[in-house]
Amino acid sequence: MVGLPHYLIVAAIMMCCGVGTILLKRNAIGILLGVELILNAANVNLVAFNRYNANASGNLDGQIFAIFVIVLAAAEAAVALAIFLNFYNNFSTVDVERGDNLKG
Amino acid sequence: MNTTLAILAQNSAGAPDGATALINTALFYVFAAMAVGSAIGVMVSRNIVRTAVCLLMALLGVAGLYLGMHAEFLAAVQLVVYAGGTLVLIIFGVMLTNNSTFQLYRPKRLEVVVGSGLVAMLATVLITAILRSGMADRVVTSGNTYAIQTLGEALLGDYLVPFELISVLLLAVMIGAAYLAKGRRREGEGQ
Repeated sequence: MVGLPHYLIVAAIMMCCGVGTILLKRNAIGILLGVELILNAANVNLVAFNRYNANASGNLDGQIFAIFVIVLAAAEAAVALAIFLNFYNNFSTVDVERGDNLKG
Repeated sequence: MNTTLAILAQNSAGAPDGATALINTALFYVFAAMAVGSAIGVMVSRNIVRTAVCLLMALLGVAGLYLGMHAEFLAAVQLVVYAGGTLVLIIFGVMLTNNSTFQLYRPKRLEVVVGSGLVAMLATVLITAILRSGMADRVVTSGNTYAIQTLGEALLGDYLVPFELISVLLLAVMIGAAYLAKGRRREGEGQ
């Protein structure tokens, strides 16, 4: 039978992949995809803890949090893409290593 | 699909029989393998378009996991907003910002070594912590069949203020993103 640890381990592996994506990609949009992966892993955790809640109250707070996270992820993607477009207009690339104007 | 939902509903109503439990477990492993495999693909793939397609598969796998946890509304939202909206936006971003669609950005060797080491360490710590936490004996508690009704009442009841605030946030983000993406281009034309 599938229990809480199954979902938590799936979410943990997804989160690690997201962190790895952020660390290993040099394309700015690739980094954004890693952030989306981490947010999804957090959502799986929220919904799983809601379903396997220790105090049986029957509320769906975890699912509500997950809905808010999805909305915030969509908003974040829109703003991040606008920033990347500006970056591309200035540098003609989305390689994050090139954005070093403030480096001392 | 109907039979799957019926089986899931039956599972929530009472203790599942052997066959139902087996189907549920099999579906969980299918969707979990899809999510985890695609997530690894996102991390490993060098081509940005392939990365985006891997992320799409991972999102679909997560939607399947939501169905297994009786979060049907959340699964639908995941498919519509994430797979249908956010990912399309990202693919538009890929098309707008790449000189050639198949341009590759290679990380340095040192970055790969340090990054992989950190990720492996993080994964080991997390999985060990989860396995030792003793949460395996927790049972399903929120298995009511009117989950969507409860969700709607909570969203327009207890969570009304955050719900309205997030709509204001969406408006602000829409205006901000349009300004950011458009203003600089106009300035560029002026130069």
